[in-house]
Amino acid sequence: MSVLLIAEHNNKELKPFTLNAITAASQIKEDVHVLVLGSNSDSVAKSISEVSNVKKVIHVNNSLYENYLAENYTSAVIKLAESYSHIICSANTFGKNLMPRIAALLDVSQVSDIIKVISEDTFLRPIYAGNAFATVKSTDKIKCVTIRPTSFDPAPTSGGSAEIMNGDPGDSSELSKFIKKEEIKSDRPELGTARVVVSGGRGMQSGENFKLITAVADKLNAAIGASRAAVDAGYITNDHQVGQTGKVVVPDLYIAVGISGAIQHLAGMKESKVIVAINKDGEAPIFSVADYGLEADLFEALPKFLEELNKLNTIQK
Amino acid sequence: MKILVAVKRVIDYNVQIRVKEDGTGVVTDNVKMSTNPPDDNAIEEAVKIKESGKATEVVAVSVGEEKAQETLRKALAVGADRGILVKADGIIEPLAVSKILQKVVEKEKPDLVFMGKQAIDDDCNQTGQMLAALLSWPQATFASKIEVKDKSLEVTREIDEGLETIEVNVPAIVTCDLRLNEPRYASLPNIMKAKKKPIEQITASDLGVDTKPRIEQIKVEEPPKRKAGIKVASVEELVQKLKNEAKVI
Repeated sequence: MSVLLIAEHNNKELKPFTLNAITAASQIKEDVHVLVLGSNSDSVAKSISEVSNVKKVIHVNNSLYENYLAENYTSAVIKLAESYSHIICSANTFGKNLMPRIAALLDVSQVSDIIKVISEDTFLRPIYAGNAFATVKSTDKIKCVTIRPTSFDPAPTSGGSAEIMNGDPGDSSELSKFIKKEEIKSDRPELGTARVVVSGGRGMQSGENFKLITAVADKLNAAIGASRAAVDAGYITNDHQVGQTGKVVVPDLYIAVGISGAIQHLAGMKESKVIVAINKDGEAPIFSVADYGLEADLFEALPKFLEELNKLNTIQK
Repeated sequence: MKILVAVKRVIDYNVQIRVKEDGTGVVTDNVKMSTNPPDDNAIEEAVKIKESGKATEVVAVSVGEEKAQETLRKALAVGADRGILVKADGIIEPLAVSKILQKVVEKEKPDLVFMGKQAIDDDCNQTGQMLAALLSWPQATFASKIEVKDKSLEVTREIDEGLETIEVNVPAIVTCDLRLNEPRYASLPNIMKAKKKPIEQITASDLGVDTKPRIEQIKVEEPPKRKAGIKVASVEELVQKLKNEAKVI
């Protein structure tokens, strides 16, 4: 039996985390089928068919799926589920919303947010905000698994030539209705996949002061992150939040500015390859995970940092 | 309108987690326990809706060991009217919790069920969605704003790309984000009053729910430690280290 992966997309393009989920799925079993539930979504089905490791694409093209509602998606997945050994999607807000609804109807105990595939039924997952790792084995016949996207490399977008089959839509649910999405557009790299992330915390003191972060991020071609405290204080929008209940990031370089390092924040960034902390409080917990700590007033350090970066001419894009 | 709020007793979010040496779990003996943080937001929202006159009763429910009563008392102290403790020992997976809550919903017949979006111990983020599935109710997950309408809710959800607004018919399940509201503190008089509010006790087996885990926990271990870092004395030194030592810029 094969693995069924549920694609996340916007009817035009595949969302990048689907590629990470495909890698995880292919580590479970070679035969990976991808389900695309969409409306006028031919281009998405086609691009997935070209992704390495994808063996089959099931495309359900129906106006029901113009917007993503878990209630509508679930019924279509359930119709296919019995012929699969695993159902997979990414553990971002898309998959977190959807998978438990599917699992409950299949009477399956879901395995959430895995960071490693140990075998077909055994997985590694963080618990307690990443302060412990649990090795767990699913005993259910069908396994419903969500994967932490940043723990798996994205599958190459070329090299595959999967057949595309048309699938049947599920039942239409009248229970919920999409109203609007306020998507924040940015020319920057996406927070979840950026090579460099520069984050600000409560120490920034205002939204206006985030321009210091922006200037450094521009220079480093970095995404901008924030602690929950900074988001709650209204300095920056929620899509920037890094942490246990925000986004988990694993960049090559994470620069935490004016962030004390609450457990919840560390959960979202401590797997980064190199961590820099700039904070005037030398006792701040962020220093315990930082490779390079600079005890300094950020309002002096950040402009200086930018100046020093400008002196280098080898910034990698 | 009646609102049922599910609350979970977890290790307090400020406690430094220690893994047991035998790899069977984390240390919970003599460790401070509290309400799962977003469950506080769920209670707060339900109480606010009641205070606005749009709800008549707020019932708090918890699934877990005897001591989960403390968590229910706290909910009662901030405005819930009564509590239900469903006693169950050991690891109760979200699937089992949602089956228990399904039975409670069938008995209590609430119009809305609120709970936190995720418990900070197992970090599963499943129970609300599972309960919605079992009841065939709509789900509004990760809610940061709830507007109660005539026979529906308009809910703003926190999603990766920003915010999304959906409308769900009542009855509905809402899972709450930390940003939904600012939970109040219980005043001393209200803590005293809460001691007199009723807590009904039942067991999972009374409800006919099998709570046997389907997921075998093979071992729990500490995550790999980061090697100790260094403090740099100046911005210049930092930039040099990043360029020449870490080679990340």
